[in-house]
Amino acid sequence: MMYSEKVMDHFMNPRNVGEIEDASGVGTVGNAKCGDIMKVYLKIEDGIVKDAKFKTFGCGAAVATSSMATELIKGKTIEESLKITNKAVMEALDGLPPVKVHCSCLAEEALHAALWDYAQKNGIVIEGLKKPVNDISEHDEVPEEDY
Amino acid sequence: MEYYFDNAATTKVRPEVLEAMLPYFSEDYGNPSSIYKIGQKTKKAVETARAQVAKAINAPAANEIYFTAGGSESDNWAIKGIADSYGEKGRHIITTAIEHHAVLHTCEYLESKGYEITYLPVDEYGLVSAEQVKAAIRPDTILVSVMFANNEIGTIEPVAEIGAVCREAGVLFHTDAVQAVGHVPVDVRAMNIDLLSMSGHKFYGPKGIGAMYIRKGIKIPSFIHGGAQERKRRAGTENVPGIVGMGRAIELAVSELDTEMPRLIGLRTKLINGIMDRIPYARLNGHPDKRLPGNVNIAFEFIEGESILLLLDMNDICASSGSACTSGSLDPSHVLLAIGMPHEKAHGSLRLTMGHFTTAQEVDHVLETLPPIVERLREMSPLYEQIKNKK
Repeated sequence: MMYSEKVMDHFMNPRNVGEIEDASGVGTVGNAKCGDIMKVYLKIEDGIVKDAKFKTFGCGAAVATSSMATELIKGKTIEESLKITNKAVMEALDGLPPVKVHCSCLAEEALHAALWDYAQKNGIVIEGLKKPVNDISEHDEVPEEDY
Repeated sequence: MEYYFDNAATTKVRPEVLEAMLPYFSEDYGNPSSIYKIGQKTKKAVETARAQVAKAINAPAANEIYFTAGGSESDNWAIKGIADSYGEKGRHIITTAIEHHAVLHTCEYLESKGYEITYLPVDEYGLVSAEQVKAAIRPDTILVSVMFANNEIGTIEPVAEIGAVCREAGVLFHTDAVQAVGHVPVDVRAMNIDLLSMSGHKFYGPKGIGAMYIRKGIKIPSFIHGGAQERKRRAGTENVPGIVGMGRAIELAVSELDTEMPRLIGLRTKLINGIMDRIPYARLNGHPDKRLPGNVNIAFEFIEGESILLLLDMNDICASSGSACTSGSLDPSHVLLAIGMPHEKAHGSLRLTMGHFTTAQEVDHVLETLPPIVERLREMSPLYEQIKNKK
């Protein structure tokens, strides 16, 4: 297989799958058309990410990067969280095939979208955090169609 | 042991085929163009195989069969060759939106050389009609190329009707029959086919060998220039073991059609019904009846194909998907988009293709394994969560 053992491990045994009911911030990025959607939930207390969960629609790499990104952010301060880049996620997974690099970018954006949502809800400004471009939280309707 | 459900990708060489091929590697290894005995022996083996292939598709004469390196070469040769030799008559070619890339990309290449290509759309089942072909034919049309059966969704096109329309209009008709030969009856005479592509490894023969039927009288230049092999139309020392294997494989496959087709249709019905009964939000892609006996293609909503394939592989099931992630591009299968599937659903398609070695027990294994995999991925999917919350 083209994936590293770490990617396969995080795909087969994904960490942090699920939702956080009273999440401090939720971010959804991607779109179904291109084949990847990531939704990240963060629980933030005293400026520290206490818990992170995710739900992902996508390929093996999309699931693995979501899993790794939520692992990396847990226990971090908000400042430290911003340093979790797609590169950091990729390195932690021992690399990704070139066509899958966009999955790691999406994972980074998902974390940022959740942090942005947290900042919005609490009326604070997180220095260095930009409004995520791919945030689809406000219009993520599922088309109703009969099968 | 693997559970092999990817027979549309390639097939396992049958033991009878391997046995027929083996002497031609190190015992009867002579060049068929040589005059000494072991050369003449291989020449004879090649001609026997040619006759076997001709008979399998009801070609009037064995010398209308030309061996190539495979289906893609045959498709390239047919389309570029006809464009070349009939370019004086016109520069318009008709094909469909759901052809294999060996046809589509060849047509795109010809477009860049000034040819005009009409890509006929298909209906929701992937069918193109003879009426559509008839309406698209113009005075400058030189070739119609419509696949016999689709490699992804298994839809069998109305080839005989299209052949009749082309013959009446005096336009050459090529069909990419790579998925059909050895799996459903193919008759170049009754179906008015002028050129037909096939590939040995799709019917339990070896890889790297294919053939093209070129009806007598059709002008087509050599695709590979060099020696005088294949009646000066395809140079290069013959792939003797491959040719022998392909001949034996096609002979076996066609002789067993009467029993294999109903057997595979039975397994197909069992697999389709089993999946539909066990998994909600699933839809069959392709036509329910006008379909290759071994082909099942189903779209599962809210999940993505590559993830399904990885989890199936963990259970030793080999399958394929029309998802973008399995193709290396960001777009899902052009076939699924052509039958009108939205992108997000095309990403969740799964193709299971059965063949000679597939058993009912293997189908049972898939039916046990697949539902929890789909459920597991859906539990992880934010799209499924929305559906559940609405209920």
